[in-house]
Amino acid sequence: MNNKPLALKILDLISIVLLLAATYLSIFVAPMERVMGNVQRVFYFHVGTAWVALIGFIFTAALSVIYLTTKNLKWDRIQVAAVEVSVVFFLITIILGSIWARPAWNTWWTWDPRLTTAAVVELVYIAYFMLRQGLDDPNKRANFSAIYALIGGLSAPITFFSIRLFRTIHPVVIAGTNAEAEGSFSMSGGMLQAFFFALFAFTVIFIDLFWNRIRLGEAQAKVEEMKINAAY
Amino acid sequence: MFFQEVTPDTSSYMIAGFAITFLVLAAYVASLYLRERNLKQDIDTLTELQKAAAAENLKTDKKRAPKKNAKK
Repeated sequence: MNNKPLALKILDLISIVLLLAATYLSIFVAPMERVMGNVQRVFYFHVGTAWVALIGFIFTAALSVIYLTTKNLKWDRIQVAAVEVSVVFFLITIILGSIWARPAWNTWWTWDPRLTTAAVVELVYIAYFMLRQGLDDPNKRANFSAIYALIGGLSAPITFFSIRLFRTIHPVVIAGTNAEAEGSFSMSGGMLQAFFFALFAFTVIFIDLFWNRIRLGEAQAKVEEMKINAAY
Repeated sequence: MFFQEVTPDTSSYMIAGFAITFLVLAAYVASLYLRERNLKQDIDTLTELQKAAAAENLKTDKKRAPKKNAKK
């Protein structure tokens, strides 16, 4: 396994700084929301992680198309990396949403269209790894995974649009309103600053983890290849 | 106005939210690090095995070579 490139080491450091800065902005710079109190501050991380995770899931569908046309296993490794990091980010999104919901909706979880579709997305991509575990042949595994991720990719836009298409209590804070939403609010200057910074920070953190995970995938492929060579 | 709006103290939920975010990210980074370390060990072991196998092949080739010359 090659040593970590300098650019990736720098990106690792930048990611840590950005995460700390986003936390500082969310807690100390953004004003407190009057109705919900301090718990509203997790919104910046909730949307930041959801943003990159959903884009990551759509990206994996695009990678499926590239793999299926080229049949190059490199694209399969990139896809696994994208799915894994997206699953981690989306898990944070769901947990933060649940923590926010407890004081705002008086429940940890409700089967609202947004929450249900979000849970489905997460489970679809956890099942993606279970599918991969069941297949030993790398080409067969890559083919099945690509087709699965291509179909699974549909779940991401459904989740994004669910609060705009269905009757839901989930707030629509960006680009739209929802009259039936509970816990809705509009963002002021300091809130917008924290919000856009969190979006930027989580995008950079995602890229950093994604790059690290791709390197891990390359090392895994190398080990698999060496094991096959050793067997013959 | 008859009702005074009081902002509820939801700080504990906020702290829990940020703590879980950091925990999940830290756990993932740790898993990446551990997997990378294990793969490095695997690569080192397999490289040594390959070298040992290559050296063994070289020895057997050298042993066979004089016999072939003797026949000639």
